[in-house]
Amino acid sequence: MKPRQKRLAIVVGGLAAIGIAAALILNAFQSNLVFFFTPTQVASGEAPQGRPFRIGGLVKEGSLQRTDITARFVVTDTAKEIPVSYKGILPDLFSEGKGVVAQGSIGPDGLFTASEVLAKHDENYMPPEAQAAVDKAHEASRTLKQ
Amino acid sequence: MINWFKFASPASFYPLAGKLWPWFAALATAFCAAGLWISFFVAPTDFQQGEGYRIIFIHVPASWMSMFIYCVMAFWAAIGITFNTRLSGMMSAALAPTGALFAFLSLWTGALWGKPMWGAWWVWDARLTSELILFFLYLGYIALTSAIDDPRRADKAGAIVALVGVVNVPIIYFSVKWWNTLHQGASVSLTKAPSMATTMLWGMLLMALAFWMYSIAMSLYRVRAIILEREHHAGWVAELPEMQR
Repeated sequence: MKPRQKRLAIVVGGLAAIGIAAALILNAFQSNLVFFFTPTQVASGEAPQGRPFRIGGLVKEGSLQRTDITARFVVTDTAKEIPVSYKGILPDLFSEGKGVVAQGSIGPDGLFTASEVLAKHDENYMPPEAQAAVDKAHEASRTLKQ
Repeated sequence: MINWFKFASPASFYPLAGKLWPWFAALATAFCAAGLWISFFVAPTDFQQGEGYRIIFIHVPASWMSMFIYCVMAFWAAIGITFNTRLSGMMSAALAPTGALFAFLSLWTGALWGKPMWGAWWVWDARLTSELILFFLYLGYIALTSAIDDPRRADKAGAIVALVGVVNVPIIYFSVKWWNTLHQGASVSLTKAPSMATTMLWGMLLMALAFWMYSIAMSLYRVRAIILEREHHAGWVAELPEMQR
């Protein structure tokens, strides 16, 4: 083995070792690296007990109610649902059917009291006309099914 | 067949870089003008975010560039350690400030977007945190290499930082897939059709090209300065026409 090949082997071997170490560490900390828990994870008891955590999902259509500055809505991942109450100003992108992340804690009655609500944006970028066309197509397919 | 090893010598790379960088700088200006024009005047308003979404025309290309430049630095580091070439260390050192600039731009524009859209300047989710680590890796590289006086030893130490840190790049890229994050998934990727309107995509790709050209121009320009600084004792430097005055 020439010295040059030896050094290359050290670089490749070193990178592989660091890569494996990083993969193992990230795997071990898996549960700490998630930013939020889905309602299904909360239902199966994966969320931390006794300290605030974040839940994330979609705001259920038709679930948003406002009384004064308190907003109540339901977060769903289409399988399980969590009712949320939040006192404060909701972000601009907050709307029914869109993603949301709320920080807070869950009471014994199953109501999640949020101290902070963030809107989670999706990766779709399109002009308003395109969105109108998409809505129209959805509407058309819905009426066809009926 | 071009003899690539000829250009591994600073003496022959210096004039080549001098010839090339103005072309890349001109291309960067042209692409940037076209990209910004599309971004601000041609691309339609977003259906949900309004005008604020236009930040992505800087944010996404800057983030791509910050990750890619780090990979290039790691590549030069591997070449430098393997072949013991002096130019590789100089190329890494020339790329680092541009990479740090793009990482900072990515974080800063992201914060400006995050406040109106999410409702927070900053959250500690996997994507944002790993990009912040990338920024610190760039700063660490610059600090470490400039703290060591002997340039060859500085290059060796820097190469190790570049190679160790490169594991962070796939973590940044895949963080939105591996974990729940507040940051959205990729709108543009190699594996699926882009989920954005075509004119928006064009604006973003033109800006990405502009940043590529800018990075190449800047690193060539900077590597010339580094070559002159390190080789100022060499005979060929004294014979340069710009040294005759």
